[in-house]
Amino acid sequence: MRRVLIVGATSPLARYMAHEFAKQGDALFLAARDEDELERVASDMRIRFGATVHTGLFDAAAIETHEAFWQQVLQAMDGLDGVVWVAGSMDGLEEAFRDPRAVRRLIDVNFTGAASLLTLAACYFEQQGSGFIAGVSSVAGDRGRGQNYPYGAAKGGLSLFLQGLRNRLSKKGVQVTTIKPGFIDTRMTWGRDKLPFLASPQRVAQESVQAILRGKDIAYVPAVWWLVMLVIRAIPERVFKRMNI
Amino acid sequence: MKPSVQQRETTGWGRYPRALCYLFRPERVREVAEVLQHGGMSSYLPRGLGRAYGDAALNSEQGVLLMERLDRYLAFDTETGLLRCEGGVALADIIATFLPRGWFLPVTPGTKFCTVGACVACDVHGKNHHHDGSIGNFVRSLTLLLPNGETVRCSREQNADLFYATIGGMGLTGIILEVELQLRRVETAWIVVDYVRTRDLDETLRTFHERDANYLYSVAWLDCVAQGRGFGRGVLMFGRHAVTDDLPPARRPNPFVIPRKRDKSVPFDLPEFVLNPLSLQAFNNLYYATHPAREGILVDYNTYFYPLDSILQWNRAYGKRGFVQWQCVLPYENGVKSLDDILRTAQQRRTYPFLSVLKRMGESSGGMLSFPMPGYTIALDFPVRRGLFEVLNELDAIVLEAGGRLYLAKDARMSAETFHATYALLPRWREVKAQVDPQGLLQSDLARRLQIVEGGK
Repeated sequence: MRRVLIVGATSPLARYMAHEFAKQGDALFLAARDEDELERVASDMRIRFGATVHTGLFDAAAIETHEAFWQQVLQAMDGLDGVVWVAGSMDGLEEAFRDPRAVRRLIDVNFTGAASLLTLAACYFEQQGSGFIAGVSSVAGDRGRGQNYPYGAAKGGLSLFLQGLRNRLSKKGVQVTTIKPGFIDTRMTWGRDKLPFLASPQRVAQESVQAILRGKDIAYVPAVWWLVMLVIRAIPERVFKRMNI
Repeated sequence: MKPSVQQRETTGWGRYPRALCYLFRPERVREVAEVLQHGGMSSYLPRGLGRAYGDAALNSEQGVLLMERLDRYLAFDTETGLLRCEGGVALADIIATFLPRGWFLPVTPGTKFCTVGACVACDVHGKNHHHDGSIGNFVRSLTLLLPNGETVRCSREQNADLFYATIGGMGLTGIILEVELQLRRVETAWIVVDYVRTRDLDETLRTFHERDANYLYSVAWLDCVAQGRGFGRGVLMFGRHAVTDDLPPARRPNPFVIPRKRDKSVPFDLPEFVLNPLSLQAFNNLYYATHPAREGILVDYNTYFYPLDSILQWNRAYGKRGFVQWQCVLPYENGVKSLDDILRTAQQRRTYPFLSVLKRMGESSGGMLSFPMPGYTIALDFPVRRGLFEVLNELDAIVLEAGGRLYLAKDARMSAETFHATYALLPRWREVKAQVDPQGLLQSDLARRLQIVEGGK
């Protein structure tokens, strides 16, 4: 039995990732901002899997609250074996192209908040000499695009941050996994036409948890995105800047 | 934030009719109210997994809320089997989760790919209707989101009018956010089935009357092609939940494990000539010939309750124009004669159903727009063809004359007059509707076609 913290636990992807751990008998601490949804997701998992599920409110952008939250989790779970960061949001992307406060908010939710909490996690696991950290980044972080760069920049930052953590912690017996999903069939993509390789949150969750448990460093999910991004990253900048993808 | 919407041509399971709908898919409970408030449509309709056959889950050029993502279990009493869950939970999910613990659905329609909220909205019945009634009888309470944004709980004791207007209310009285459902204790995942083959309609009906009181489940497949002496012949299937002792010793240690079947699928629309009087006759003869009388056969629950679920997209078999399922209930008084009339009229017009299913119904659950009433119910599948609707209008007239009615969850074409003449509690239902939805925010194509809602828009 592992003790795993899932941050941003009310999204479909996070919920199904939590299911994958619960199926294996792991104890979970689910954290999110929306209390009502959090309780629904938690009671569902207790009934479905008979899982041990704790919950706590967590706001990624409220960095001053993170230390107290971290202590709360350690106390409730009596220690921890893994942290999975899934929180993230594209809400406010339109405003972020013009409004400095909106772009800051987007970056706080998707990057600064993760960097803050995962720093606490890194120190804890480093000292413990074991554990894992997994962060859900995005293929959007692999290359800046005109359509979503405020979000992409934050996710790109998260990918680099995780890469750095991996380099720091791999010598200390701590595993760090970067997960890069493509398009997931959720609220974020609903209403957008004909997205390529659109995958169900269940499938992305299964493959992501599999990657974590197999100790992968970087996992594109579904795997086809590795090839897609290889091609997209290979396009020379002087060509890419004229493209509209 | 404005809720995301997807415009899509949408149909019921019969793929007739088709409608352009604006689809919303809330992922948080709060988003349901946000859609009603900020979705930008003049009306909305909740939709489950789209297994109603006709236009019950369509809302042309207007908003449709797909409820499938709100599928969390909220409470379960392991002693009593009382489950509280969100309306978007699929029956298949309930079975997968609770059957291994010894609990099964109290009532199930012929597919498990539908949501519990939609089952309540259609007040669905199953093979145990003669014994237990419809699913409404097993609903302890409902939590509804009303068009004014208020969330209310209703039950037989609390807001009883709203409760009985919502059971079978076709999603028009509020959005079913939560359902409290009483599950059924079972010892195994198996059904013990007795098959009885009958020679004619008289024997089919007599066998029902003589034997179905002894079984929880009963249903008959009817040969609608056979004429003359074999008219109305069929195969009755009586069933009960197997107890552990019914299983062969090898299966007893794992009474909830059933063999896995490979799903098949109909990969494309079959051409319309595939279903013709000759092929239907051949199919009916084959079915009849291969189902002799047998007693005590062990059948797994999937095969017994959901034989068509293993053929994915079987609705494509009826061709690209789609099909309608016509299901009526006929009260016992004159029921035999009316049933005889219906089958003969269909034969005379050379309108042969592909599948026909007959069973006896028991008491109504009290839902104001619920379909079931004591009597015989028969369901017939017809591919959409020129001339079909004229024949079905003739059948409607027989039902009207007999004091029966048609099932809204399957209907795609009856007239508003027929509906109004056969659903006696409509005036009471309309009073409740006017109270909870004075603006008529919840609408559907079915509601407009049948003028269910006064001054519907």
